Amino acid sequence: MDKNLFVAIVIAVGSAIPAFSIGKIGAHGLDAIGRNPEAAAKVQTAMILAIAFAEAIAIYALVVALIIKFV
Amino acid sequence: MNNLIASQVETESTAPEQVAGGHVSEGKKEAESGSTFTPPTIFSETIGHIGSFEVRNTLLMSWISVLFLCVVAWRFAKNYKENVVPTGLQNLVEALIGGIYDFFHTVTQDEKQTKQFLGVCATIFLFVVISNWFGLLPGVGSIGFWEEHNGHTILIPLFRSVYSDVNMTLAIATISVFMTTVFGFKNLGTGNYLGKFFINPLKDPIGTFVGLLEMVSELAKIISFTFRLYGNIFAGEVLLAVIGFLVPYIAPLPFYGLELFVGLVQGLVFALLTLVFFKMGSTGHGDHDHEEGHSSDPQHATA
Repeated sequence: MDKNLFVAIVIAVGSAIPAFSIGKIGAHGLDAIGRNPEAAAKVQTAMILAIAFAEAIAIYALVVALIIKFV
Repeated sequence: MNNLIASQVETESTAPEQVAGGHVSEGKKEAESGSTFTPPTIFSETIGHIGSFEVRNTLLMSWISVLFLCVVAWRFAKNYKENVVPTGLQNLVEALIGGIYDFFHTVTQDEKQTKQFLGVCATIFLFVVISNWFGLLPGVGSIGFWEEHNGHTILIPLFRSVYSDVNMTLAIATISVFMTTVFGFKNLGTGNYLGKFFINPLKDPIGTFVGLLEMVSELAKIISFTFRLYGNIFAGEVLLAVIGFLVPYIAPLPFYGLELFVGLVQGLVFALLTLVFFKMGSTGHGDHDHEEGHSSDPQHATA
């Protein structure tokens, strides 16, 4: 099978799942802020942190795709 | 594509004569048509040698970032006036550092620790953001010299965004995790800090296993930091190259906006994560049970 197909599969699946999880983190974060606007700064900090971790997984998938394609 | 990468591997052992023989040129040679797309290479390119050490284009860009930050800091220090309403550069730098200090303080909730961590974390933030933004300047990636490899003439850019090179991100990630252990030893004392990882198997067998896992997770942090920043910046480079190739006029503008934003956010995330790991590394094992009030320590976040 053509290498490009696997590159496409890696990046498609590898970014769909982190996208879903980032959406979920954002949704729960917004819930928390709505419930307690005074704690917004603390919730925001933790939320951004969690989003960065989740996005890193998508980046791993990107790196694997790049390696398959170019190396 | 593959022979491009193969020729990049050859470039890394290029003798200086070949580099000196090339000529600095902007844009493409007349012989080459503009219809082939050459994406940025995964590995950075060597532009010279100091002895046997290969000087890369990303290293050159990092020197430029360092020079910029040093000049700004030097001018600020030279013209510093106490007890006046700040104006100009002093105003800007004070607002910046004051803002960063307050932001870090909301995370650490501890004056002493904020002062201790400010140096490393603020430097990481400023250096990463400035480097990422300098990578968007015109001339980066396009000004270079032509070299012959495998019969193809390829452009070796003289400048390249600093963190589009795994070596650079690996270096700063290693520094970040190394400083976490340094601050851990400093703030907790050697025994307490090592006691977080090496737990007596007779008293707490599961704890022993968890401690070993935590040690591995420290190493995993290096990998995670490295690829997060590298992936974001390199993907941004490829994105801008592709858009610039498809629709050179007007269309790249929103993508440049995106890259400005991504550069800022990735710098912020790197510094913030470093700060959080510093704080977690300086927090003793039993501390979270005895805290009064409510603080925002993300105690058990894992990478």
